[in-house]
Amino acid sequence: MRLQEPEDTVSFTFDGQSIRGVPGEPVAAALMAAGVKLVARSFKYHRPRGIMSAGSEEQNALVTVGRGAQAEPNVRATVLEVSAGLEVFSQNAWPSLKYDVMAVNDLMAPFLGAGFYYKTFMWPKAFWEKLYEPIIRRAAGLGGLSGQPNADRYEKAFAFCDVLIIGGGPAGLMAALTAGRAGADIILADEDTAMGGRLLREVEDIDGQPAADWVEEALVELRALPNVRLMTRTTVTGAYDQGTYGALERIAGPRHIDKPLECFWRVVAKRAILSAGALERPIAFPDNDRPGVMMASAVRSYVNRWGVAPGKTVAVFGNNDDAHRTAHDLAAAGITVAALIDSRPDIQAEGDFEVLSNATVTATKGRHALEGITVTQDGEAREIPVDCLAISGGWNPTVHLTCHMNGRPTWREDIASFVPTPDSIPGMVTAGACNGAFTTAACLKEGAEAAADVARGLGLKPKVTVPAADERAYKIAPLWAMPGKGRKWIDFQNDVHVKDINLAAQENFRSVEHMKRYTTQGMAPDQGKSSNVVALAVLADATGRGIPETGTTTFRPPFVPVSIAAMGAGSQGKGFAPERLTTSHHASVARGAPMIEAGLWYRPSYFPQQGETYWRQSCDREVGYVRNAVGVCDVSTLGKIDIQGPDAAALLDFVYVNMFSTLKQGRVRYGLMLREDGHVMDDGTTARLGPEHFVMTTTTAAAGQVMRHLEFALQVLRPDLDARIASVTEQWAQFAVAGPRSRALLNAVLDARLTDADWPFMACGDVAVAGVAGRLFRISFSGEHAYELAVPARYGASLFRLLTAQAETLGGGAYGMEALNVLRIEKGFITHAEIHGRVTAFDIGMDRMISRKKDCIGQTAAARSGLMSEEREQLVGLKPVGAVKQLTAGAYLFEPGAAAERINSQGYTTSEAYSPTLKTGLALGFLKRGRARHGEVIRMVDHLREIEAKVEVCDPVFFDPDGGRARG
Amino acid sequence: MRITCPNCGERDRREFYYQGDAVALARPASDAGPQAWDDYLHNRENPAGDTQDLWFHEAGCGAWIVVSRNTVTHAIDSTTLAATVKR
Amino acid sequence: MTEVVLERLVLVSPYIGQAKWASAALKEQIGLGLSAPGRAISNRRARVIWAGQRSWLVAAEVKLEGLAAVTDQSDAWASLRIEGAGVEDVLARLVPIDLRASTFKGGHTARTMLAHMNVAITRVGAQAFEVMAMRSMAGTLVHDLQAAAAQVTARG
Ligand SMILES: [Zn+2]
Repeated sequence: MRLQEPEDTVSFTFDGQSIRGVPGEPVAAALMAAGVKLVARSFKYHRPRGIMSAGSEEQNALVTVGRGAQAEPNVRATVLEVSAGLEVFSQNAWPSLKYDVMAVNDLMAPFLGAGFYYKTFMWPKAFWEKLYEPIIRRAAGLGGLSGQPNADRYEKAFAFCDVLIIGGGPAGLMAALTAGRAGADIILADEDTAMGGRLLREVEDIDGQPAADWVEEALVELRALPNVRLMTRTTVTGAYDQGTYGALERIAGPRHIDKPLECFWRVVAKRAILSAGALERPIAFPDNDRPGVMMASAVRSYVNRWGVAPGKTVAVFGNNDDAHRTAHDLAAAGITVAALIDSRPDIQAEGDFEVLSNATVTATKGRHALEGITVTQDGEAREIPVDCLAISGGWNPTVHLTCHMNGRPTWREDIASFVPTPDSIPGMVTAGACNGAFTTAACLKEGAEAAADVARGLGLKPKVTVPAADERAYKIAPLWAMPGKGRKWIDFQNDVHVKDINLAAQENFRSVEHMKRYTTQGMAPDQGKSSNVVALAVLADATGRGIPETGTTTFRPPFVPVSIAAMGAGSQGKGFAPERLTTSHHASVARGAPMIEAGLWYRPSYFPQQGETYWRQSCDREVGYVRNAVGVCDVSTLGKIDIQGPDAAALLDFVYVNMFSTLKQGRVRYGLMLREDGHVMDDGTTARLGPEHFVMTTTTAAAGQVMRHLEFALQVLRPDLDARIASVTEQWAQFAVAGPRSRALLNAVLDARLTDADWPFMACGDVAVAGVAGRLFRISFSGEHAYELAVPARYGASLFRLLTAQAETLGGGAYGMEALNVLRIEKGFITHAEIHGRVTAFDIGMDRMISRKKDCIGQTAAARSGLMSEEREQLVGLKPVGAVKQLTAGAYLFEPGAAAERINSQGYTTSEAYSPTLKTGLALGFLKRGRARHGEVIRMVDHLREIEAKVEVCDPVFFDPDGGRARG
Repeated sequence: MRITCPNCGERDRREFYYQGDAVALARPASDAGPQAWDDYLHNRENPAGDTQDLWFHEAGCGAWIVVSRNTVTHAIDSTTLAATVKR
Repeated sequence: MTEVVLERLVLVSPYIGQAKWASAALKEQIGLGLSAPGRAISNRRARVIWAGQRSWLVAAEVKLEGLAAVTDQSDAWASLRIEGAGVEDVLARLVPIDLRASTFKGGHTARTMLAHMNVAITRVGAQAFEVMAMRSMAGTLVHDLQAAAAQVTARG
C-alpha cells in the first residue's frame, strides 16, 4: 500500500504478474506497495520468505532479472531499481513460488540439520558423483545461469584520488565537505541510488532543518567542487595493498547496446575514510522468518523514504531505543501500531500505541505471510494479530573493509558490537556508525574530524565546522536468541538457525571458523552481514565463552558479490588478447590462407589452391616448392634484438653457450641459450653487422622471454657490460626465400646480383630492393639453399607481393606454417616442441657446443652429472615400420614387449609430420639412451587418440644428413 | 599491490614481472662449487617478514628492480634499480 | 582519433657514462637534449620522448657514434592522437596509471599498458594524448580505444 499516490509510474513484471512502480525506487518497495509478501524460497528448506531489509544486506529477496543469456541471478530486490519493462523472476522455487515442491525439505528438516551433507552422503562413494551431487546441486542452487554467452556490456576502469570516502551518510558527507573544502581530490562512493545514508529514512533535524534538506544542500555544495567526484550506486567491495580499493558501480538509466550494466573500479587512494554505517541485526525467536517480519530500520525506509506501508497493522520488537523510532514513524504515517515490544525491563516510551516492556516475541503464525505473533510478558503469553513485525536486535558497525588485510575487530560491551581496530588498513581511518558512533551528531563530528586529520596529512589546511544534530544516546541490552521451541533463524540466506549452531558446538566445532563451515552460517553472497554477531553470540553461549573470546570469522572481499563479467570486462572477444598482424597478413588472408595463432601473432597455415580439398594437399605442394624450386614465407614474427656497444660481443658470449666474439663481421652463427639452471631456453641465429653491432633472432614463442633475459643479464648479472639492446621485431619485415632457385629469385628483385664468393652459407649484409635498404641473411630453416630478406616494415606488404609473384614464375610460391614445420622436421631442426623447458643441451646433442673458454649463463649447472647422464631421454628421429603409419606428437614410447604403462615409459614424441619428400611419416621425440639406440624398433602408444605404431629409432636428421643442400 | 618503480613512480602490480629472490644479484663464480650453486639456484628462505626480491617493469620502462618488502604486512619498504645496486 | 606519422624515429640508449655527452651532442644536432625520465620535449625540428630505462625515442636524424646505441624504430610504432572532452574517461577504462591533469601534465610521458598492450602515452594537450603501440597491434589499439569510447559515450 502506498502512503501517497506517486506521480508517474511504470510497469514491470514479477513472475509474469504486471506491477506498477516508481522509476528508480527499489523493486522491493513496488512489490510491497502491490501487496506482494512472498518473494522467495529459502536456500535449503525452501521456506517462504519475504523482504527483510532495505539495502544490499538483504538475505531473502534474491531475484533473477531478465531472461536467457542476459538473465542475472541473485539480484537483491531491495537494490534493484524499477524501470519500465523490467522482468523480475523469483528463484529457488519450482513449479512456482507458492507451490514449491522442494518445500517438502522443510518437513524433512529434522534430517537436514547442520553437517547433514557431510554425514549423510558419505557412502557408497560411487554414489556421490552420480547421484547425490547432481540432486543436491539442483535442490540447493541459488539462482541459475543460462550457459550462453552474455551479450551485455560490462566495464572496468581505474580511478585515482587523494581521499576515498566510503559511504555517503552523515559521516561521509561531512568528511567530503571538510576535505573537499580544503581542496583534496575526493571520491565519495555510496552504494545507494542517492547520497545521505541513514538521513534519507530518519525523521530528524540537522542545523534546524529537516535532515533530507541538509543532505540536499551538502550535495549542491559538493557538486560544485571540481575536486569532488560523487559516485552513487557504487559499492566499495574490497581494500587491498598500497591503497587500492575495488568498487562496483551499477549503471543506471535506460539500456543501450553500448551501455555497460556495471563497472568494476580499481580505485587508488592516498588515504581512505570508511564511513560505511551500520547494519541492523535480527533477533532469533521461533519462526522469525515469516514474510512480513522485517528489520525495524527497513520499515522506516519504506515508510519515510519510499512512501510505502509494509503492513496495515504492525508490531515493533526490539532491545534498544532505536526500535522506538519505528513505532513513532509508523504512527505518524497513520499506520496502526499494534504494540511496541521491548525486552528491557524499564523503558521510557510514549505514543499512540501499547508499550510492552520486559516482553519478547516467542512465536509467529501465518504460512505465506505473517498473520500474528505471540508475545510473552512476565511469563504470560498472548497473541496479537499483525501483518508486519519490525524487529531490531541492535546495530552492527559495518567493519568488513577494515578486516580485508587480516585486521580483527574489537568488541565494545556498551553497544554490544564489534568496532574496527584502528590502523587495520594502512591509510584508512573510520568514522561514524561503522566506528560505533550511532547518533547523527557523533557521525557528523567524527566525519569532520577524520577528514580534517586526513587533509592535514596531505598538507592541506582544513576547517572543522559541525552542524547541530540529534544526540539521542543509543541504549541497548543484548538480546540474541529466545528460549523455546521452533526454529529461530539467524542466517536467513543459508537457512541456519540457533539449533544448528548449538549442534556445531556440541559436535566440537567450537572455533568460529569451524562453526561457519559446519553450518554454512555467513557463507555465500551474504558473507555474514546481518547474521554474524547473533551467530557468534549463540556460539559463545553454547561454548561458555564470551563473545570477544569467540571472535569473528574472517571477512574477505568482496563486500557484495561482483560478477565475473565486471571483473573481466573488456577481455572477451577481440579484447581477450591483442592481435599481432604481420605486414603480409592481408595478402595471406586474400589468398584464402587459414590463420593460426602463434602467441599473439597470426600466421598462415597454408595457401590453398583451386582443387585442393584437404590441408595436406596444400602443405605437400608447398614443401615441394622449397625442395624443388623456391618458397617464400613471412618470418617477421621471430624475435629480433639489436645489440650494440663496446661489450656487445661479450654480452653474447655470456648469454649463449657458444662463442660470438670470434664471429666475423658479415657472418651469422647459430646460438644456443640456456637458463641458469642448465636447461635450454631458446635458440636462434645472430648476425654480426658491425664491430660492435649484432642482431639476434629468437623463436617467435620466446621473443619476450629472451628480451627480459638479456635485460636481466645486463642489469642484474653484468651491469659492467657496456652494451645496449633494443627490440627490432616490429621494425623489420623479414621473409624466408628458400629452395634451389632462391638465388635466382633474389637476383630478380635485388638491386645488385648475389655471387657465390660474397654470399656463402651463413653470410649476411646490406642489400637494396628497388632502392630500399634491406638486410640479407643466408640462413636456412629448411635445409635448402635459402635466405632471409628484411626490409623496414612499411615495405613489407609490397615485398611479400613481389617475392611471391617472382617465386610463382620460378615454379614456387608462398608457403605457410604447416610446410615450414614439415621442412624443419625432415631436417631434425628443433622448436619449442622439443626445447620445452625440461631438456638440456646434452639431451638435444648440443652439449659439445658449450664453450669452456668462457663463463656463460647455465654453463655450471648444465655440467651437473644428472643433466649429462647417458640414461637421460635424448633427441631421436622415429619412422613407422609396422602396419600403422600414423605417428602422433605427445605419444609415449615403450619397449616392444612392455605394457604401455607409465612405469615402462622410455620416452615420448614431440613433433610429427608426413614427409612428402621421403614419402613417410616422421616424428621427433626423446628416448632414454636414444642416441645409442638407432636402428631399434620400439612401440609408440598414444593413449589419448588410441593409436599404436611400431617405430624405428633413427638420427633426427632425416633428410640430407650432411647438409650439402644448404651450403651448395 | 603497487610497486614504486624508481623510474616511473608508483605502478600497479600488473605492469611487473616477478622473478624471485634477490639472491640472483650475487651470481657465484663458475668454480664456486656445487653448494654455492645450489644455494644460488634453488635453496630459498621463505620468510614471514622482510624479504628482497627482483621484479621486472616489463609493461613499463624495462627496469629490473630490487624490491624490499614484508610478506606479513605487505608493506614495501624500498625499491632500487638493480643496475645501480652496489655489489 | 588521428594517426600521428613519425617519419623518422630512433631509439637512443647512451652507453655507460655517456648520457651527458650524448645529450650535449643531441642538443647540438637537433636543439634538444635528453629529457628527464617521464618527460617528452619537442621543438619545430624534433621530438625527444623518454622511452624507459636509459632509453629515449628521438624523432629526428641523429648521429651519436660512440656515445649511444642508435636503433632505427621508424617502422616499429603506431601512434595515435586522441582528444576530446572525454579523453581521460576513455583512457581510464584502459590504462592503469594516474592520468589526471593535476598529476600527468603537459609533456609528461609514461611507459605503461593500454588494455593488454605495452604502450607509451604522452599528454600533448589539456584534452589530448598521444598513444604509441607496437605496429603489429595497431588494429587492436584502434579497436580497444573505440570500444571504450563507445561505452563512455553510451553512459551519457
Ligand atoms: Zn618503470
